[in-house]
Amino acid sequence: MTSRRAQLLLLRNMPLVLLVVVFVVFSLLDQRFFDPQTLVNVARQASYIGIVAVGMTLVLLTAGIDLSVGSVMYLSAVLVAEVLDRTAMPLFMVVVLAAAVGGLLGLVNATTITVLRVMPFIVTLAAMSAYRGYAWQLSESREVNYPDAVAELGSTDVLGVPVSVLVFAAVVLVVHVVLTRTAFGRQIYAVGRDRRAAERAGVPVKRVIAAVYVCSGLLAGLGGFVAVSQLGTVVPSFAQADEFDAIAAAVLGGASLFGGRGNVWPGTVAGALLLQLVNVGLVFTQVDLYLTPMVSAAIIFLAVLLDALRTRQLERLERRTIRVEGDQDDAGPPARTGAPVGEAQGSAP
Amino acid sequence: MTADAPVLVVEGVSKEFFGVRVLRDVSLSLAPGRVLGLVGENGAGKSTLMNILGGILVPDGGSMRLDGEPYRPRGPRDAAALGVTFIHQELNVFSNLSITDNLFLTSYPRLRPLPLLAKRASRERARQLLREVGLDRSPDDLVETLAPGERQLVEIAKAISTDAKVVIFDEPTTSLTARETEKLFDLLRRLQARGTAIVYISHILADVRRVADEILVLRDGGLVGSGPVAEFPTDRMISLMVGRALEQLYPDRRAVPGDGVVLDVAHLSQPGVVADVSLQVHEGEVVGLFGLMGAGRTELARMVFGLDPYASGSVAVDGHRVPPLDPRAAIRRGAAFVTEDRRDEGLLMDFPVVDNLAMVALPRFGRGPAGVVDTRALVAAAREVGKSLRLKTASLERQPARSLSGGNQQKIVLGKWLLSQPRLFILDEPTRGVDVGAKYEVYTVVDDLAARGAGVLVISSELDELQGICDRILVLRRGEITGGFERGAFDAERILRAAFGEPARRASAQDVAEETT
Repeated sequence: MTSRRAQLLLLRNMPLVLLVVVFVVFSLLDQRFFDPQTLVNVARQASYIGIVAVGMTLVLLTAGIDLSVGSVMYLSAVLVAEVLDRTAMPLFMVVVLAAAVGGLLGLVNATTITVLRVMPFIVTLAAMSAYRGYAWQLSESREVNYPDAVAELGSTDVLGVPVSVLVFAAVVLVVHVVLTRTAFGRQIYAVGRDRRAAERAGVPVKRVIAAVYVCSGLLAGLGGFVAVSQLGTVVPSFAQADEFDAIAAAVLGGASLFGGRGNVWPGTVAGALLLQLVNVGLVFTQVDLYLTPMVSAAIIFLAVLLDALRTRQLERLERRTIRVEGDQDDAGPPARTGAPVGEAQGSAP
Repeated sequence: MTADAPVLVVEGVSKEFFGVRVLRDVSLSLAPGRVLGLVGENGAGKSTLMNILGGILVPDGGSMRLDGEPYRPRGPRDAAALGVTFIHQELNVFSNLSITDNLFLTSYPRLRPLPLLAKRASRERARQLLREVGLDRSPDDLVETLAPGERQLVEIAKAISTDAKVVIFDEPTTSLTARETEKLFDLLRRLQARGTAIVYISHILADVRRVADEILVLRDGGLVGSGPVAEFPTDRMISLMVGRALEQLYPDRRAVPGDGVVLDVAHLSQPGVVADVSLQVHEGEVVGLFGLMGAGRTELARMVFGLDPYASGSVAVDGHRVPPLDPRAAIRRGAAFVTEDRRDEGLLMDFPVVDNLAMVALPRFGRGPAGVVDTRALVAAAREVGKSLRLKTASLERQPARSLSGGNQQKIVLGKWLLSQPRLFILDEPTRGVDVGAKYEVYTVVDDLAARGAGVLVISSELDELQGICDRILVLRRGEITGGFERGAFDAERILRAAFGEPARRASAQDVAEETT
């Protein structure tokens, strides 16, 4: 029973376990890797994808998907730069503006999905092209520069912690509280598990779905700004394909593409860190540049495969215990799921 | 007595779908603390009436009053807020959330003025509600770890938490064990004592007679009888529902078991599930597998069909060994498996009847090297099957399976295997949630199958049903076969005793005996 419980605990926290394992492996391959500074760098580089992945997690929890986040990051970065060209404003306002523009773009997605009832995949796929196309037109496909103050922000530390990481941490904290401690958060899980049942239960399903796309856009805008602050400039390919990293981070963190399963803390945070850790580790161990994408793809594949196995194993561990026991008690007493023998669920999984 | 002032009054309610009258001028009145038993065949209009009460449908005519006020719910949420809660047959719980989350999903106590949930307060309230419904679980437990009966208690707790004046139960006992059913009835009585009015819908007429104070019978959308329960013995309910006296509940057996062994299961074992199970099914034989829920019946069937693993033993269909975990091999050898969960496992709900019928037999209608499907032959064959099943559909090619009644859906599930002419049928609860008339037709189909030489293994929780249609009944208890009974030597009490593994209590033997007669 204790081993079963330990197994459950291990499986439930697989993203964290993987994170530690990957760190240890790279540290064994190259001892310079084993350094707190490495972790700080990884966290800094992971922060903007992490912020976007948090928004993606909300969308995935409702069994939706948002392919437009990379383009939202780019378009909001370009739009904010346009505004900054004309008017000066305090740095704080710039951050708010970036997030607001992202939220607005998310609202467009949300409206199309809930009011016009078009599939999220199609809506956000179209938005991915449309937003980037519009941004290219605005910027005439040229590099856009930001004031130095923005770039300075990206390299500022507070008590040894980069500002980007602090922003990431704040986002995670807020969203984690929303998911676990507000009615809206719990309703997201309900909608993702069974939309029709949620409607029958009186959950405002459309409002919940609309809200997650707005959040996703908002966090993409914010993540885009964090990325700008680290790079200091916005090139036409800015954040291209970042939607896939965001999805990968969320899925690595245990979010299910079928909805209803996943969390931001520790899941998506671990996923985002894992993704970046692999990239940094590959640079460290000087893997052939051309091999890097394949190696990181293999690692992502492995992690997702492990997750599938994990889910299956979890189901088995949680279900088997309510099945029939042998007549002798040594067949293993029912664990925490222990319904009385003979009262068990009859339907097949 | 003030208790006589009705809490709910329905007057002349009607509903039409696409020009078809599904509900005609139905009236009822329900007093606090009373239980109204609502019976009728599938398609008689019960669901429509209840969906109107539950705010899911809007009536075309008639009026409703709740506590004297006009009652016009704008949706299920509105209905619940006004005091009418609907507990659906398919439970409305979210298995990925905790019990507390499920209870308060739309009415979480808040930590005012913050928008945060009052976790401690809601957990306390949840604990109190669980105590009221007699569910001994932590409010933090995920619903996916609960058995079906326990999940239902969560829904009832939710109804109590909203102080519902009227609670509608739609087929509440179909997935409950005998003990859970008793618990539910206890709870119904307690709800009654609190003054809650209850509408109880079920096909298990013995249950209805037990819990209801009044009976209301619907047929073809119209009210054909209502009054105190004492005036409605079971046979009267049945004849009102069917519109004629039903002389017999089971068709005469025409099939005579042969000598050929169609299914040979030898020493099947899987730790924690089944132990050393051996059984045989012969040509033209109908064998019943009886046992309490959780005795391992479904698990055994899944192993035989190659869906679940087993540690040792062997399975042979028609003399050919079938390897474990290979359902396609089982199908090739002529095995067919009709699952109890026809919604999730047996039917493509949005596809037309023909496509559903064709699913299994599709390869047989492939023509030429590319296996292009001969649609005309397929539709002709499907039509033939549809006719032999007496399917009530407007169009085999266009009507989606979802739009059919439960009984007709079940016939399609059987029919899709008929097209591939199997040797062995495994039927898991073939009549669950199916009304009396359709049950008879399902039994006829089972007999037909046997008459054509197929072997049939029927899993059922209704002992009467097995006694009515089987040549032999095997009893499974905790994954072991604890009894075998030949037709002519069926004895409900002895069979139950084998299933319980203890001297059968008189009461339970009588209950089952009463169930359908």
